[in-house]
Amino acid sequence: MSENRNTLSKQFLQFLPDNAVLTHNEDLHPYECDGLSAYRQVPLVVVIPETIEHIVRIVNICRKTNTPIVCRGAGTSVSGGALPLENGVLLSLAKFNRILNIDPVNRLACVQPGVRNLAISQATQSYGLYYAPDPSSQIACSIGGNVAENAGGVHCLKYGLTVHNILQLKIVTIEGELLTLGGSGLDGPGYDLLALLTGSEGMLGIIVEIVVKLLPVPECASVVLAAFDEIEHAGNAVTEIIASGIIPAGLEMMDRHATRAAEEYVHAGYPDNAAAILLCELDGIKEEVSAQISQVKDILLKHRAVQTRIAKDEVERQLLWAGRKGAFPAVVRLAPDYYCMDGTIPRRKLAFVLNRISELSEEYQLAIANVFHAGDGNLHPLILYDANKPGELHRSEELGGKILELCLEVGGTITGEHGVGVEKLNQMCVQFDTLELSQFHAIKHAFDPDELLNPGKAVPSLHRCAELGAMHVHEGKLPFPDIERF
Amino acid sequence: MQTSIDKLIKLTQPGQEADAILRKCVHCGFCNATCPTYQLLGDELDGPRGRIYLIKQALEGNAVTRKTQTHLDRCLNCLACETTCPSGVEYHRLLDIGRNWVDQHVQRSAYDNVRRKLLRGILPYKRRFHFLLSLGQMMSFILPDAVKRAIPARQIRSPWPDKQHQRKMLVLDGCVQPSLAPNINTATARVLAALGISLVKADKAGCCGAVSWHLSAPEEARVFMRQNIDAWWPFIEAGIEAIVMTASGCGSVVKEYGAYLADDKNYAQKARRVSELTKDISEILVNEDLSFFNNTIKNIGKPQRVAFHAPCTLQHGQKITGVVETILQQAGYELTHVPDAHLCCGSAGTYSILQKDLSQQLLINKLKSLENDHPDVIVTMNIGCLNHLASGANTKVLHVVELLEKGLRQGKSLN
Repeated sequence: MSENRNTLSKQFLQFLPDNAVLTHNEDLHPYECDGLSAYRQVPLVVVIPETIEHIVRIVNICRKTNTPIVCRGAGTSVSGGALPLENGVLLSLAKFNRILNIDPVNRLACVQPGVRNLAISQATQSYGLYYAPDPSSQIACSIGGNVAENAGGVHCLKYGLTVHNILQLKIVTIEGELLTLGGSGLDGPGYDLLALLTGSEGMLGIIVEIVVKLLPVPECASVVLAAFDEIEHAGNAVTEIIASGIIPAGLEMMDRHATRAAEEYVHAGYPDNAAAILLCELDGIKEEVSAQISQVKDILLKHRAVQTRIAKDEVERQLLWAGRKGAFPAVVRLAPDYYCMDGTIPRRKLAFVLNRISELSEEYQLAIANVFHAGDGNLHPLILYDANKPGELHRSEELGGKILELCLEVGGTITGEHGVGVEKLNQMCVQFDTLELSQFHAIKHAFDPDELLNPGKAVPSLHRCAELGAMHVHEGKLPFPDIERF
Repeated sequence: MQTSIDKLIKLTQPGQEADAILRKCVHCGFCNATCPTYQLLGDELDGPRGRIYLIKQALEGNAVTRKTQTHLDRCLNCLACETTCPSGVEYHRLLDIGRNWVDQHVQRSAYDNVRRKLLRGILPYKRRFHFLLSLGQMMSFILPDAVKRAIPARQIRSPWPDKQHQRKMLVLDGCVQPSLAPNINTATARVLAALGISLVKADKAGCCGAVSWHLSAPEEARVFMRQNIDAWWPFIEAGIEAIVMTASGCGSVVKEYGAYLADDKNYAQKARRVSELTKDISEILVNEDLSFFNNTIKNIGKPQRVAFHAPCTLQHGQKITGVVETILQQAGYELTHVPDAHLCCGSAGTYSILQKDLSQQLLINKLKSLENDHPDVIVTMNIGCLNHLASGANTKVLHVVELLEKGLRQGKSLN
């Protein structure tokens, strides 16, 4: 291993400075995990290139030496997408942090992959423009990572996911070629490879440049907060808001635990005794917003909201969202560690699913805080545990698996916006059958025949599913019966 | 985050405290987003999350070398990360513990040792610093440009108001400020006098202890802290209303005296009292009626456009935000737009001397954003920032109270 490390680093050092090639354990450890710190692996080498030329040279060296590559942006993934490999190079894109061009007339910006999501909106603010997808970690997460995971966010209910908000990608393939996918138009001839690359979790190519769409900042945005004594009432209100034909810019729910933690963080004045709170944002022109706000307020009250409050100004609106966006890390105010799930369910199943989750929480003796993109059915149950207590992580993982399977059971899916990474590999086996997974592998091989780009993530091997299937015999049927068991 | 602190370290008080802080960190990475050195260097190891991890590694009993020390040294201690952290990680305490541990186990170079000792031996001592500064001011013609820029011109000290008011407050004179900019405290006394408050000094008080504290000499720092407490105690007993800080860097340390001396039987209680009484000058002014200033400014004519640089020790250390802006607006000034106002200017105590390259890059970026909207004057609240900004600014840099006092004087001369 150390021989490999030395040979590789010597080759990298021919074109990278000393401080851009990390090989000592002391330096490597802080790179052993991303935002999902329960999974850790010290990489063989960390490289921090600065130019596309550097990346091409790194890729060529790795291909020739059969060394896998894991890309890392801001290291904020909560599915372990940037978890390093023991025998692999961790390629940091942190220095690709420049906005290359802002084109206000065509409402687009060309950015490097390490640019923070929020930095795009800040830089385009003076043109009255912004980049719509806003994952809760938008202050820190990088746009390259957003593309790799097809990130969503609070406002994707109205404005779509990352895939709906980018126009063009430049990628470096494992062959060391620079490809441009997509273009400045809305549709191009041929297969939509841009969409294929979005959400491909670093498995198909290394994203080195992104053209994002910008939207005009809405003339007016207003948020209403509502508190409910029962989660079911909140769920019904959500269903009716959507059914009434309103498309809120964001429609979010937090349960009691999550609200309490968020309140301690931002002091936004969230009600502390409500079973659930809803945050509903409307944006557009003033007349439209004020009409819709009163319509939404009526619906909320009809569904027994015990309290409603409309943010009086921009400062209060930002504060109400800041609490919601910081809710994940803020829950450590309740327990030392959390394990964040990311399932999606049909909205009408909300009350049922939340009740089941609370039963599972009892069963596993682990508290769960729920943060929920209610408008589009994307659940984020946060399982609270203590990593220093032996066995708790394992129990959390098991409980998490059960929650995702519950999502599938009600007709949902195992990921809404966080990607599969290493975290949801087992549940991929439940959601897809052998044929589907084989097609995923075939796509991977078309781009990366030797499986050097982020291997082992996102799509489970058929053997893994077979092994798992052996443990999960459902209704007497053995999943993946065609695969040899060990 | 999971931890397995070395058994022996965990028996100690700092070991337990560090463990508790580390357990709060969830490794979300929000902190990197607002870290000035991570923005410049793009290496996980030069951001708070990486430093936290390095400290964790060290306290878990792994070997540490100069590598870890270098990354910890590069931290400005600006605490923008603490403001950003949703999990409430007390990074500054962890950094103190981590730095002390690493400095005890990793030998510094002779050059580094000499520089750090010199800083500790000069800056906190008013007379030594005054002597060297005066020498520098006299001999500036032979000094290289870079050094010359960092030496401000000698100020003629304006008189301290002598009228006695019922309300009395104590002011910390500090260590370098009386030599670099003696008029800040004089201006404070005059501004407060105009509001009916007498400002008094305790002659025996000196450096707040920040220099030693941040250079991993906590015991030496505690000596300064006790000296100040002794110097202030008679005034506190006599009923002064507050201990006023005109340098937010000192304020952020004095407000922690209670925590830093918590284990000192003889001083713990007094230290807590001192911390309670300590107020940044902005916290005093914002509660007073400033319409008098506003009227004065109005009489002068067009309002001055002011760019405010919020020192890290004010906005992140003491969490005082929006207060100075309110004061300036109430006093009739127009604030200009300052992008990236949360970022450090690179002064950061002794950082501008020990990490010159990074410090200068941060200064360039900061001046660009401060001068972006063409202000008439830049104002700040900390002597370190003030001097650092002035060394490169094309715009005049003042302390906020100097600006207010100038307004008063101009108003008087008009009348």
